[in-house]
Amino acid sequence: MNAPTLPTSLVENPRLDRWIRFQPDRTVRIATGKVEIGQGVVTAIGQIAADELDLPLDKVAVLSGDTTAGPDELYTSSSLSIEVSGSSVRLVCAEVRAKALDRAALRLNCSPADLTVVDGAFHQNGAPTGQDYWSVAAEIDLTQNVTGSAPVKPVSAYKIVGRSTPRRDLPAKVSGAAYVHDHHPADLLHARTLRQPSRGAVLAKLDEAAIRRAAARHSGSGELQIVREANFVAFVSPVESVAHAAAVAAAQHATWENAKRIAPEEQEAAWLKGRPSDDRRLGAPEATTPPKRLVQVTVSRPYVAHASMAPSCAVAEVHDGHLTVHSHGQGMHLLRKNIAAAVKLPVESITARHLHGAGCYGHNGADDAALDAALIALKLPGKAIRLQWRREEEFGFEPVGPAMLVTLHVDLDDRGRPADWTTEIWSATHVQRPGSNSGFLLATEAFAEPPPELVPNDPTEARGGGGTRNAVPIYDVPAHRILHHLVLRPPVRTSALRGLGALPNVYAIETMLDELAARAGEDPLAYRLSILSEPRGRRLLEIVAERANWKARGPAGTGKGLGLAVARYKNRAAYAAVVAEVTVQETVTVDRVWCAADAGLVINPDGARNQLEGGIIQAISWTLKEQVKLGEHGIVSLDWDSYPILRFSEVPEIHAELVDGAGNPSLGVGECSVGPTAAAVGNAVAHALGVRLHDMPLTRERIMAALLKS
Amino acid sequence: MSIAFTVNDTARKVDAPETATLLEVLRNHLGLMGTRYGCGLEQCGCCMVLVDGQTTYACTREVGTVAGRAVTTIEGLGTVESPHPLQQAFLDEQAGQCGYCLSGILISAKALLDRTPNPSRAEVIAALDNHLCRCGAHQRIIRAVERAAATLRAGRPA
Repeated sequence: MNAPTLPTSLVENPRLDRWIRFQPDRTVRIATGKVEIGQGVVTAIGQIAADELDLPLDKVAVLSGDTTAGPDELYTSSSLSIEVSGSSVRLVCAEVRAKALDRAALRLNCSPADLTVVDGAFHQNGAPTGQDYWSVAAEIDLTQNVTGSAPVKPVSAYKIVGRSTPRRDLPAKVSGAAYVHDHHPADLLHARTLRQPSRGAVLAKLDEAAIRRAAARHSGSGELQIVREANFVAFVSPVESVAHAAAVAAAQHATWENAKRIAPEEQEAAWLKGRPSDDRRLGAPEATTPPKRLVQVTVSRPYVAHASMAPSCAVAEVHDGHLTVHSHGQGMHLLRKNIAAAVKLPVESITARHLHGAGCYGHNGADDAALDAALIALKLPGKAIRLQWRREEEFGFEPVGPAMLVTLHVDLDDRGRPADWTTEIWSATHVQRPGSNSGFLLATEAFAEPPPELVPNDPTEARGGGGTRNAVPIYDVPAHRILHHLVLRPPVRTSALRGLGALPNVYAIETMLDELAARAGEDPLAYRLSILSEPRGRRLLEIVAERANWKARGPAGTGKGLGLAVARYKNRAAYAAVVAEVTVQETVTVDRVWCAADAGLVINPDGARNQLEGGIIQAISWTLKEQVKLGEHGIVSLDWDSYPILRFSEVPEIHAELVDGAGNPSLGVGECSVGPTAAAVGNAVAHALGVRLHDMPLTRERIMAALLKS
Repeated sequence: MSIAFTVNDTARKVDAPETATLLEVLRNHLGLMGTRYGCGLEQCGCCMVLVDGQTTYACTREVGTVAGRAVTTIEGLGTVESPHPLQQAFLDEQAGQCGYCLSGILISAKALLDRTPNPSRAEVIAALDNHLCRCGAHQRIIRAVERAAATLRAGRPA
């Protein structure tokens, strides 16, 4: 028999004791390398473990993101936590359960098959045996490697998986201290930084006396230390407002040389075309015959921000040469390695522990803040350094989601269906996470010897691609190819933002589908169904159209619009279909959204619906309102007035539904609603107006311009 | 200088400059971490507290101006063990993802329900419109406030 194929997390972390531990208080501690970012993963992992071990939920503790005790599962990203960490925990628990039953059976002189597990106790013939996990725990060798050979429970046996379960972390978050921002160990000093405006910029002059005067004027007394390493500067004080005021004042009292200059047109996606790029073709070879009925559509999305509610923060301290960092980053083992490389310490001299932060939706400033804190802590050993970015620093220096320009060239057959389809994409990289050979922790660029510049790359197709994510239509297309222009030198640092390229690509595909339906004189739903043989996507379209009463859709151009879209995230994770209902006057109001998603086996249905709803609202916000604005030296949309997001008075009524997974394996759900929502809104706006807007965000100015042109 | 005021029904005295923000005093002098820094600009609502029952941005309010007044923070509503009906309603509706915005939102909801026990949906939305939520939990939050209003009305003597 072949050895079972283990999830990558188990291949990398095979020892059972990296995952599971029996604790003296008669609980089981499960460890995961994935971290809670508001998506409910810690709760879902606990559900999986409880079911597989036959334990009540409250007997399962979950340790998340700890380099000392937990597994290295890289970053919490790409909607992979349930697929990878969840399936790893399930295999580990099944194996440990089998080992425990073997030990108990030896003691009881029976067969393991005679035993059942009831709330962690081992029963025989329906009666307790006096044995349980904790009585045999000492005899189970958890230093062994997992084999993956123990059978896992059938889905029909689940009692906790598949049942909506309240989030473990939420009670603390509605009551008081809960975040890394609230972690105040003894001997705490507050810190803020002055940021290097761009790589290569040199701090020629820093008027420290003026900064001290300004800080004192703002905030009265309070000791202020200025920590400097080449072009990295931090202000440290026991009084938080003193450190903050010093950093704010520092901008006025610092002279930078060699700072990068950005031209106004670089802010727009249109600028990407024709820039130096790595070019490649994926999929079908070049068409050999000229197109007969060519339809072309170009759409764009600008640079967009993660715009976390909290500025990034970290707490670091050095004791006896050991550096401990508390961070809300998405991968603690990688953070430890990256900090070790940056500060030239062995990884064993560093511990990284996850504490909660505000939602990040991708690679924001969290990791960078952790290095900032570590650099200061190494200069001030014995003190706990709580480093927090300023609001304007978070907006100004977090990596942003890259602008994208997507042109579709579709040649039709004589029935008006796509025969040959080329997707041409211009985008900067979607991932510059440190440690994946694609990016650095920000402060290293301010060092006297910064790391050499890396040639940008994008996630491989095996990982779902970056700019190419969801570029392949879900529809039946005989020949499809992608021309990918990875633009090498964007004006700002870009990295992972929820969905990566999925939103612009799905927007482009579904714009094209509506265009093709209109040319064929067919209803957009009927047209889609005529070229969609993929059964799960088909089913969702039919369900969501029914819920939204699609058949009653009115004529175009009335100011009220209904639009739809469907996609399978990464072409391999969860499916989602969305109908959006909008009213367009001078601006767009999204009135109602219906979403049907198929995520296979869903661990926590209410948690998954929460993710669908959140993705819907975030996507509407991106589509209607958001654009990072650039000035001469970088980002200038530095607060919530210049970077508005969707508000309570602007959110639609949402009906999000998970269809029965029909026994299929779990599929990552956290990002699946984003692309279809943006596309459904775009299609609904086009239906309402009778003309189409191709460039996001769909602002008042663009609506007016489109109406004037029509 | 010593400033005396009431926090969550307890008399407190802090030694801080009058110009220090209420947010800094609550967090760093009194250890009340539920009031959160988001922007420092009265734009996001993460730092919302009540001063004499009125919603107030703690990030810009100078502590000297609350001398002799009553401040209510999220810790004054309830605890994990004994949550206020508003906190319980947020848990019942699972109204939140990352949760960073919630303590400020709960404070504005408290102010709303104190003056309007039976708010319309439009009144709930208006009361929360100064708050931002980036995770997109808005609809759950609105439902949670309505649920808490119903619970509080049911518990109130006729």
